[in-house]
Amino acid sequence: MVIIGVQSLLAVSLLFISGSWVKQDRPRLDRNGIMVKQLELTDLCLFTEARYTRHISQADLFSPFQDHPLSLEHFPSGSFVGPPLALKDYLAGRNRMTKDDRGLLP
Amino acid sequence: MKGLIEKHRSILDFALSSLLRRKAKVFALVTLYTLIIFILGSVLLYASAIRREAGLVLHNSPDIVVQRLIAGRHDLISQKYVSVLSKIRGVASSRLRFWGYYYHPISGANYTILAPHDDPPAAGTVVIGNGVSRSLLVRSGDMLPLKTSRGDIILFSVAGILPAESEMVSSDLIVMAEQDIKNLFEFPAGYGTDIVLVVPNEKERVTVAQKAAQLLPDVRPILKEEILRTYDAIFSWRSSLVMVLIAGAFLAFMIFAWDRSLDLSAEEKREIGILKAIGWETSDVLVMEFWKGAVISLFSFLSGILLAYVHVFFFSAVLFGPILRGWSVLYPAFPLTPFIDGTEMATLFFLAVVPYSVVVIIPTWRAATVDPDSVMR
Repeated sequence: MVIIGVQSLLAVSLLFISGSWVKQDRPRLDRNGIMVKQLELTDLCLFTEARYTRHISQADLFSPFQDHPLSLEHFPSGSFVGPPLALKDYLAGRNRMTKDDRGLLP
Repeated sequence: MKGLIEKHRSILDFALSSLLRRKAKVFALVTLYTLIIFILGSVLLYASAIRREAGLVLHNSPDIVVQRLIAGRHDLISQKYVSVLSKIRGVASSRLRFWGYYYHPISGANYTILAPHDDPPAAGTVVIGNGVSRSLLVRSGDMLPLKTSRGDIILFSVAGILPAESEMVSSDLIVMAEQDIKNLFEFPAGYGTDIVLVVPNEKERVTVAQKAAQLLPDVRPILKEEILRTYDAIFSWRSSLVMVLIAGAFLAFMIFAWDRSLDLSAEEKREIGILKAIGWETSDVLVMEFWKGAVISLFSFLSGILLAYVHVFFFSAVLFGPILRGWSVLYPAFPLTPFIDGTEMATLFFLAVVPYSVVVIIPTWRAATVDPDSVMR
């Protein structure tokens, strides 16, 4: 029981450590934000192996299957990230837009 | 009330001494349990840290990026589109953005080359990300040869290296002047990679994007909110694949625990029989088993989570490295800020602790309801 008590104390103290850690890291995050603004970046550099995983938000639905018809996606990081949500909305939205949003045209 | 607490304390004392009598069995169980919580906790902590960091950093992304699609694929976009888009009400400015991918055959890595609109490097010079510097062994002041689309080599002078702390966004970047990227990739005159729209009023962005898609049917606008949403969903859409696999492991563990509990050893059955014979109620035996399960699961949960925290935030999730690296040569090394999602942790706690505490009670109940005399024989 003493061990569980010590573990609980450690877990609670880690929560406090996380709080001050986040506070301490805030300037770094702000600096990265400024770089994103200045270089007009759209994505995090997490997976550099394929273009659709390097720029996740800019990908299209075809890139993962680009090699040949019936080609399967083969980059491992494709298992962790999906197609951009915006693309699904865009494809769905375009169908709706033609009849609903004609009034928006200048 | 005091009596009740005292009773539970005594049962807990007995439960602990009973566990200590079976050190090997308990040790195997706790090790396996801790390992599963460690893996699940690491995935959750890593994913939530990246999601939060992406939200904070990518908040400064362009308001709207407009891509041209041909046959469903991203294609270069003409300057003419810029003039059409700039006439949409709400658009403060629009301009071409120049960027592309460069595969370096010697290092085998893919780099992102871009030309910023504001404050670009001088012509003939580049500023490179820390990952590029690491993979090409190039430092500030060195020359960086890059092959053009024609096959010629252009030598760029490395004017600087982007800070290591920004690797999460800049590790693979090679930043150069607009004319240099045009020469390198031979952009046709009047064409760029995509268009950046500045729409200061957040509420107008969706309307602007809709208008853009109507005026130019072959373009695809990407809103900043959609970029943020994509990262909010990262590691959660198809990462469910990972979670399904881990859930499978977790279920296997539960079956293992259930199986071990079903097959109570002769010694354990005898212990229950003796307890019943000396006057313990069936409910007391069940409470004792509940406490045993609670102690094991709580200890394993806390150990697993503490180890996961150390793994993800002190060792940058080193065990996930090979998985995340995939086939990429350039692997960004970045520190993670410990943003912890309380809801996820609470869910993990309830999924890990409660089922185990319950699952071990049922076999004990079966043993405890049998006549003590027959159990002890």
